[in-house]
Amino acid sequence: MIALAVRGLTKRFGDIVANDHIDLDVAQGEIHGLLGENGAGKSVLSSCIYGLYRPDSGRIFLWGKEVHITSPFDAIRLGIGMVHQHLMLVPHLSVWENIVLGREPRRGIQVDRKKVLRDIEKLFEETGFQLDLSEEIANLPVGVRQQVEILKVLFRGADILILDEPTAVLTPQEVDQLLATLRRLKAQGKTIIFISHKLKEVFALCDRVTVLRRGKKVGTLPIGEATPEILAEMMVGRRVFFEFPKERVEKGGVLLTLREVSTNPPGVPLKGISFDVRSGEILGIAGVEGNGQSELVEVLVGLRRPKGGAVLFQGKDITHSSPKERIRLGIAHVPEDRHRLGVILDFSIWENLVLGFETEPPFRKGWITLNLQAIRSFARQKIREFEITVPHENVPLRTLSGGNQQKVVVARELAFEPSLLVACQPTRGLDVAATEYLRNLLLAARRKGKAVLLISADLDEIRALSDRVLVMYEGKIVGELAPESDEYQFGLLMGGKGFDEAGVASSS
Amino acid sequence: MSLSLFQAMVRMATPILFAALGGCLCERVGVINIGLEGIMLTAAFFGVLVTYVTGVPLLGFLGGLASGVAWGYVIALLTVRFYGNQIVVGTGVNVFGLGLSAFLSQKIWGSRGASEAVQGFESIWVPYLGEQTFFVYLGFILVFALQFFLFVTPWGLRLRAVGENPQAADTAGINVFRYKTLGVVVGSAIASLGGLFLSLGHLRFFAWGMTSGRGFIGLAAMIFGKWTPVGCLLASLLFGLADALQMRLQALGILPSQVILLIPYLVTILVLSGFVGRATPPARYEPYKKE
Repeated sequence: MIALAVRGLTKRFGDIVANDHIDLDVAQGEIHGLLGENGAGKSVLSSCIYGLYRPDSGRIFLWGKEVHITSPFDAIRLGIGMVHQHLMLVPHLSVWENIVLGREPRRGIQVDRKKVLRDIEKLFEETGFQLDLSEEIANLPVGVRQQVEILKVLFRGADILILDEPTAVLTPQEVDQLLATLRRLKAQGKTIIFISHKLKEVFALCDRVTVLRRGKKVGTLPIGEATPEILAEMMVGRRVFFEFPKERVEKGGVLLTLREVSTNPPGVPLKGISFDVRSGEILGIAGVEGNGQSELVEVLVGLRRPKGGAVLFQGKDITHSSPKERIRLGIAHVPEDRHRLGVILDFSIWENLVLGFETEPPFRKGWITLNLQAIRSFARQKIREFEITVPHENVPLRTLSGGNQQKVVVARELAFEPSLLVACQPTRGLDVAATEYLRNLLLAARRKGKAVLLISADLDEIRALSDRVLVMYEGKIVGELAPESDEYQFGLLMGGKGFDEAGVASSS
Repeated sequence: MSLSLFQAMVRMATPILFAALGGCLCERVGVINIGLEGIMLTAAFFGVLVTYVTGVPLLGFLGGLASGVAWGYVIALLTVRFYGNQIVVGTGVNVFGLGLSAFLSQKIWGSRGASEAVQGFESIWVPYLGEQTFFVYLGFILVFALQFFLFVTPWGLRLRAVGENPQAADTAGINVFRYKTLGVVVGSAIASLGGLFLSLGHLRFFAWGMTSGRGFIGLAAMIFGKWTPVGCLLASLLFGLADALQMRLQALGILPSQVILLIPYLVTILVLSGFVGRATPPARYEPYKKE
C-alpha cells in the first residue's frame, strides 16, 4: 500500500524553482531514501510535506486520500513526524519535557508525570533507547539529542517519519546506532523517508531511493538496482570518481615536529604526543571523535597551551607562539567547526576572504585604511579560482551552501602559500561534488610540496588521501598504519586495542 | 536579627519581589523587561490618582493594575508583534513613566514633586510578620503560585519552551505569539503591584520617582534568583534587608546619610558582579519571526 504519494509538487522562491513537478511514492513500511546534492530540493520537498512551506501547485495523498497540509500541526495530526536537521529541542528543559511539549497528558491542571513515564517507557521498548528522562538537553551529546527528537515524533503518534539529513551531525558510532533504530522502527511497520547525500548510508538502510537534482526528480530505483556510480551520476549530473589518484611525490624534509606534547583539561588531555610531518606528505590522524583530535589541533594552531613537550616548525620552537605568529610562519588551519572558528556568517564573501590577513600589505592602504579595491579584486579572483558558486563578492556568507562556505575558508587559508595545512574534518557535511573538489585540493597542495595534516572522523577519507595514518585513542597516538591496511586493523586501534594485538609497528 | 528588623526586611523586599517576579515571567518568554521601573511608577501614580478621585483604595488598586496590563500589552505589541528592540522599548517605558507622572501630577495637584495624601490599605496583623498590608502576603502567595504554574503545569512548560527555543515550540504546535504576549502582560501586571504597594500600601501618596530604582533592583534580584520565583523571593529578601539596614543606620546617624543611602545599590552591584558570571538566562532575547 502506498502510504504517501506526491503528484506534480512545485514550489518557487522568487525566480528559483526549488521543486519542479515532483512525483514521489512511498510504500508503507519501507525506508525510502531521498538523495541529492545540497540545494537539490530535498529539504524543500519534505518541508512541503510537513506543512512548513505551502507548495505553489501539486497534490499530496496519504493512504490514497488527498490531504491539505497547511501547518506542522496538520501534519502531526495526520501522523507525519519530522526530525529536523537542526534539532528542534529546548536546551534547558529536561528530556521528558521536550518529548511531551505541546502534547502534555494532564491530570487536573498538572502534567500527569506518571502517564508521561509510562508512555515514554513504552517508546523505549519500541526503539531500544534508554535515556535519563530528567537530564537537561543541554548536557547531552548530539546523538542522544537526536534520539530525544525521534521519541518526540513517536510520542505524537507518527506513522510516517521524515528524517532530514539526520547523520550530518553524528559520529560514525552514532550513525550505526541510528540506522539500527530506523530498521527497528521499520520492522514495526513505520514508514520512513530518509534524506541524505551520503551514498553509503543509503545503501546500508534504504529499500528504494529517489534522486533529486536542481529541483527536479531524476528517478526512483530499488536499492538492488543501484550502484554508488549510478546514484552519484544521477545526483551530480556527471561521472564522479571515487578513486583519488595519488601521484608519487618526493617527500621533503621534516617541517613539523611534536615532542611529547601533553595538555591539561578542559577537554581530553593529550598524553605524550610525538610525530613528524614532512613536506609533500599528507599525514592522516584517524580515530573516533573526542579522543583528543580537537585538542591536538588547538595546540598546533596556538589556541591551547600545552602542559609539557615542544612543537617545532621548520626547526624553530613555536610551543608558545601566538596564533598570529604561526600564521605568519606558514601554518594554515581549516577548522572542524567552520561556523565557530572559520567564518563570520553575516560578513560578506570578501570580508571573510581576508579575515586575519587584513593587515597584510596588498590589502592595506597606508596605516589605517583597507585597500578595498585590492581586496575586492582578490575576492573575485578567488571566487573564480575556487569555483565558488555565488552571484558576487558582496553577498553574506550565510547565503552560501556548506560546500561554498568551506571553499571560502580553504581559499583564504591557501592564499598566502602556507607550508603546512592543518585540515580538520574538511568535508564534513558537504555534498558529493564539493567533497570531491576539496579532496582534490588537498592532493594538489601535497603535489606542490606542502605538508598536510588531515584530521577526519571519516576513515574512508583518511585512507583515500593519506600517505601515513596515525590513530588516536584517549589522547594518545596508539599506532601508525599504512593507508592500505585493512579496516579491521584500523577498527582495533580506534577502539583502543593495543597495537601488539593489531600486529603493527609503533610510531616514533 | 531583631523582629522589627525582620519585619522591615519583609516590607522593603515586597516591591522588589513584585518587580522580580514580573521580570521573571517576561524573561521566561524571551523578553527583557527593562521597563519595570516605569511600569511600577505609572501604577503607583494611577493608584493614587484613582483613589484621590473616587476615595476608594480598591478602585485605585484596580486602576493601577490596569495601567500595568496596558503597559504589558504595549510592550508585547512592540517587541513580540513588531519585532522591536526590547532595550529601546523598555527604556522608552521608563522615560515615559517619569514624564507622564510628573506632568499629570503638576496638572492635578499643582506640584510635580508629590500628590496630596490619599486613603490607603489597612494593615493586617500576622504573627512574626507583624503589621503588613495585604500586598506583602499577596507577594508570598504569588511566589508559590508562579513556581507551581511554571514548573508543574503544561502551560508553564509551554511558556518556558517558547522563550528558550520558539522554533521548537512552534514545530510542536504551540502558538508562540500568544504565549509570549501572555507572559509579558501578566509579568507587567505583577510588576505594577510593586508600584501600588509603594504608593497605596506604604506612603499613601505619590512622590515623583518614588520607585527609586526598585524596578532595576528587581531585575537584579531575578538574575540572582536564577529566574525562578522562589529564587526571586530569596534574592528580594536580601535586597530588602539591605534597604531595612540602610533605614536603621540612618536613624542612628553614624555615617553621612548619602553614604548610607548607597547601601542597597552597592549590595546590588556586589551581588551581580559576584554571581552574574555564573548565571545563564533561560531564554533568547530576540524577536521570533516566522518564515
